[in-house]
Amino acid sequence: MARRRNTPPEALAQGLGWFSIGLGLAELLAPHAVARNLGLRGNERLLATYGARELVTGIGILAARDPEPWIWGRVAGDALDIGTLATGLDGADDRRGGAGIAMVAVLGATVLDLLCASDLRARRQARAALPDYSRRSGLPRPPEAMRGAARDFEVPADMRTPEALRPWTSAA
Amino acid sequence: MRALCWHGKQDIRCDTVPDPRIEHPRDAIIRVTSCAICGSDLHLYDGFMPGMESGDIMGHEFMGVVEEVGPENKALKKGDRIVVPFTIICGECDQCRRGNFSVCERSNRNKSLADKVFGHTTAGLFGYTHLTGGYAGGQAEYVRVPFADRTHVKVPENVTDEQVLFLGDIFPTGWQAAVQCDIQPTDTVAIWGCGPVGQFAIRSAVLLGAKQVVAIDTVPERLAMARAGGATTIDFMAESVVERLNELTGGKGPEKCIDAVGMEAHATATLDSLYDRAKQAVMLETDRPHVLREMMYVCRPAGTLSIPGVYGGLLDKIPFGMAMNKGLTFRMGQTHVNRWTDDLLRRIGQGQIDPSFVITHTVGLERGPEMYKTFRDKQDNCIKVVLKP
Repeated sequence: MARRRNTPPEALAQGLGWFSIGLGLAELLAPHAVARNLGLRGNERLLATYGARELVTGIGILAARDPEPWIWGRVAGDALDIGTLATGLDGADDRRGGAGIAMVAVLGATVLDLLCASDLRARRQARAALPDYSRRSGLPRPPEAMRGAARDFEVPADMRTPEALRPWTSAA
Repeated sequence: MRALCWHGKQDIRCDTVPDPRIEHPRDAIIRVTSCAICGSDLHLYDGFMPGMESGDIMGHEFMGVVEEVGPENKALKKGDRIVVPFTIICGECDQCRRGNFSVCERSNRNKSLADKVFGHTTAGLFGYTHLTGGYAGGQAEYVRVPFADRTHVKVPENVTDEQVLFLGDIFPTGWQAAVQCDIQPTDTVAIWGCGPVGQFAIRSAVLLGAKQVVAIDTVPERLAMARAGGATTIDFMAESVVERLNELTGGKGPEKCIDAVGMEAHATATLDSLYDRAKQAVMLETDRPHVLREMMYVCRPAGTLSIPGVYGGLLDKIPFGMAMNKGLTFRMGQTHVNRWTDDLLRRIGQGQIDPSFVITHTVGLERGPEMYKTFRDKQDNCIKVVLKP
């Protein structure tokens, strides 16, 4: 029952999904400004591509039946980002400091992504070991045998289906 | 005494608070022997319902033994064992006389506030915001029951707390949801949400003779319990609800649909769910009505939608034109608990149903705060928590 953190992994995944969409939009719509601040001038087209990737990943996380594969996708994207930012750190661009800050941020996001993905995996594995609720019917006999056992109940007049909407045979 | 108190969003604490006392001659004080955390408590826990104040005592599903009665309360005496309905009723107003107990005209002591918000007041509720009276709830060692001469269900000694506790809310709520469907032997009843109310709606629909009951959820243990109760299940994360319901009904859709989910529908792989999430995030929408939209879409024309799930405020993008053109009937509302309890108590006594099937966790009151979280996050295969003060 004990859990490591207070945030359920699904909620964290949702947060990461929205973060991806926000970052993706920024990279896609303003690649020049992002490149300037990260010391990555000349890589605007690459940044816009990364933006599209973030956008798709974000939508995937929010829309997917199971966000776990998309979170692992974010982890892979983080690796790409780290590699790209490393080139910014090496360069002589006077915005190297920006690349350093971005590197720290990406590393932080990577940690969150990894925690989220591992929590989602743990949740999936825990669910695989289900308790047996198959006997918890609450009924003394199998449901099929209990079908209609309360037909002696008379539905009050104010809760009956209007005559006009009742099956023809019962309305007649 | 000890009680579970609301202190803010996701902040429930087991506090020591003053004991309740008789405030009106019709009151009673009861010593709580069992209480439960209800799905609608989670709306308060998650901060979706306005009108809570720090220190409010939570809980509206509880039962116990009468400790003290007011001088005008001739219906109860010390030592009586009672379940307390979550709707407080005077038993005398126009609505109570019609059996519409959940809209009792006199039990909400903040009537003027409710009149402003709802147009006309609804009944007072235990532990459920100041909009419905701000009455102290039952997740406590003792509770003051207003209008106690009418707001109670006496239970015999030969049934356990676990068998009758849910007469106060979730059993009659699931029952009323099914009754509102006016189930015919040819009907398919589709039920969204396999939480405790959904589970009781499933069993009620089976007992009332539905041809087919289909339950929709994604939590495996809840789906397993739904199948145990006689439902065919749909995992909404693994398959299309609309396609599967059409498949199960020869393409015509279910005649009756029950929304046992309400305002906090979980995001699914649908665009409208994402839309709701986004609007709620920027406070442009209070509720996430995905289930309502889906019911309206998939329900057979001339069918009935029954809505026991709690909604709190403003709902967006409801396809009302679709509902109008399909001639759907809507029935909804808080539960008229006392309208059903005599009959349901008889059915429990006869062994037709044992409501204790739904309990998955029983703990002491002091563990209540952690159990809110366990229940909310569906951890540890939790479906229903009973607390023992």
